[in-house]
Amino acid sequence: MSRNGVPVMKMSGAQMICEAIIAEGVKTVFGYPGGAIMNVYDEIYKQDTFEHILTRHEQAAVHAADGYARASGEVGVAMVTSGPGFTNAVTGIATAYTDSIPLVVISGQVPLSLIGTDGFQEIDAVGISRSCTKHNYLVRSLEELPRVLKEAFYIARSGRPGPVLVDVPKDITGEIGEFLYPAEVNLPSYKPNYKGNNRQIHKAAKAILEAKKPLLYIGGGAVLSGAAEIVRELAWMTQIPVVETLMSRGVMGAKNPLLLGMLGMHGNYASNMAMSETDLIISLGARFDDRVTGKLSEFAKYADVIHVDIDPANIAKLVDVDYPIVGDIKTVVEKLIPLLKDDIRTERYQVWRDILKRYNELHPLLYNDSDEVIKPQWAIERLGELVGEQAIITSDVGQHQMWAAQFYPFDRPNQWINSGGLGTMGFGFPAAIGAKKAVPEKTVINITGDGSILMNVQELVTAAEHRIPVINVILNNHFLGMVRQWQTFFYDKRYSETDLSYQPDWKMLAEACGGIGYDVTTKEEFDAAIKDAVAQDKVAFVNVAVARLENVLPMVPSGGALYNMLLEHKEEK
Amino acid sequence: MEAVRRVISVVVLNEAQVLARVSGLFAARGYNIESLTVAPIPDTDMSRITIVTKGNKRVIEQITKQLHKLIPTFKVIEHEEMVEKEMVLIKFPIEESLSDIQALCQAYNGGIANVGEKMVIGMVTDEPARIKHFIEAAKRYSPIEIVRGGVVAIER
Repeated sequence: MSRNGVPVMKMSGAQMICEAIIAEGVKTVFGYPGGAIMNVYDEIYKQDTFEHILTRHEQAAVHAADGYARASGEVGVAMVTSGPGFTNAVTGIATAYTDSIPLVVISGQVPLSLIGTDGFQEIDAVGISRSCTKHNYLVRSLEELPRVLKEAFYIARSGRPGPVLVDVPKDITGEIGEFLYPAEVNLPSYKPNYKGNNRQIHKAAKAILEAKKPLLYIGGGAVLSGAAEIVRELAWMTQIPVVETLMSRGVMGAKNPLLLGMLGMHGNYASNMAMSETDLIISLGARFDDRVTGKLSEFAKYADVIHVDIDPANIAKLVDVDYPIVGDIKTVVEKLIPLLKDDIRTERYQVWRDILKRYNELHPLLYNDSDEVIKPQWAIERLGELVGEQAIITSDVGQHQMWAAQFYPFDRPNQWINSGGLGTMGFGFPAAIGAKKAVPEKTVINITGDGSILMNVQELVTAAEHRIPVINVILNNHFLGMVRQWQTFFYDKRYSETDLSYQPDWKMLAEACGGIGYDVTTKEEFDAAIKDAVAQDKVAFVNVAVARLENVLPMVPSGGALYNMLLEHKEEK
Repeated sequence: MEAVRRVISVVVLNEAQVLARVSGLFAARGYNIESLTVAPIPDTDMSRITIVTKGNKRVIEQITKQLHKLIPTFKVIEHEEMVEKEMVLIKFPIEESLSDIQALCQAYNGGIANVGEKMVIGMVTDEPARIKHFIEAAKRYSPIEIVRGGVVAIER
């Protein structure tokens, strides 16, 4: 049988799903079986083209697919069953959505005839996920399944990427029909604009040439667009200083002399002052998040704004924009460079660079090291010295995440994987598992805290079973540290429910699941543990006792102006 | 920034979930819906959703952009000069003066739609502001029930 010369195969809906995953070149799928998705799992059993990793919780399956996507730049795939399988996956889907990560999540659903009857393990998956997916589908017939799968992958990776849910009723995965995976999608209502408006790009170039204090403001979009190299070229050619957001760490490279650092709530002094004093923001794939801007009315008051973003809804959402450019960062910067090449006078910005240099000398990013106790910042710096460029770093959410963003020497994009938008505790470990599957030749380390790690601790079993040797460095301060820090600063030290003094034996916990554990209290032990863990082929917990009351500084108090940073916190005796 | 009333027309692919996507977007982002009407566009596989909303300039701009971002959205029309019409049905008790009601309805481009044993139903189609006036005037005749149709609009 053939259609237009292409052979048409007869197969089940379940097999079609597997064929689509294979056609899209996905190496590893993460998931958890259950009643409504069993037909698909039966087909997974029969094939050996892609690998399936059984996580121990659906949330972890989606985070793992997310880590796989962020490390590889490809679409990640997760598979779950209906009802609780799907609802467990929602946090993972929402995490990917807020950080614009391309995922296809396939969920089982009760048979079509049972939909709407409150059947066993029935839940309205498309209803629940509508506001945390880029798009979603409830498949209504076998005939539309190949088209829906093709569209799902296309929508996930094109334009501003994001997760797409495909909810498939069980009778459809069991039914036999003709399969021809479409070569192309036909979505007349969805046409992302990559090119950028040439007239606006010309105007932006002129503004850059005329500015005195321009500032490159780089966001996660630069990572997603694969624009790091061209953005570095733009900065180098123009000698314009650069600030990175949490999501774009690594784009410029830590050693780049033009990089001021990370800006925002826990940004360094020079970065936040640069943003406060610049006369021209060149925003590349950033979205003026409230953790970046602080008080909006005080934000970058003297600046005109060039905003390049693939998503028009990001432009002028929070900050008025003078030069809106809807397009792909890489494509737009490629067009911008030749327009600047002949006329740029890098010495024009020399005074500005000198001012920022002085700001950095005035208040560099520092911490007071100690010989008695490991400071968490030291641990991260030391980790950078020990594994550096060789590692992919994931993180959970809290103080450790901010310290990692501040102190780890990220050299390249896709090296730093964290839940920036949603701030999902429990993200780091399963994301590390996914990243390791995508890029097995790299060392993958999850920098985590004693709070976050417990939120997906069951993945020790997954990693041990599949010999996925990711290292969890637990910066253990026996607190939910970031909340504790806010309680110290803003709640008169009423430490409501943040004291985590009651702890498991981390070493035993790791080893009970088939991993390896290390308890670290000194700098020597830290070095030894990391070196040993890197050489192991086992999942590891490195439990590092760190200074209990260390704070993340600088800090812009929530709702305050970006230039009003707390630079130090004096503990009264 | 001052809140303004806006009529937004959204042309969407006529598929499952599409109305939920549009109305859900308003709910999720805290935008206000004053009225919403939807019907298929003849001889196409598309529908037209007409939404009356209120918001400042930034909010209205966000609404149109967010609507456009939905995958099944073809076109978002946000126009200052829209010809708007709304329909309303009002049920009066039969005891009220039929001729008064008829005259009132006629003054607003309408008439008597139905008369029964116990009630008379008036129908009016007019601009939204005039519909408001008509309803105010109709209150003198002890209306039992008022059903507004929501705004439909077309660009000039």
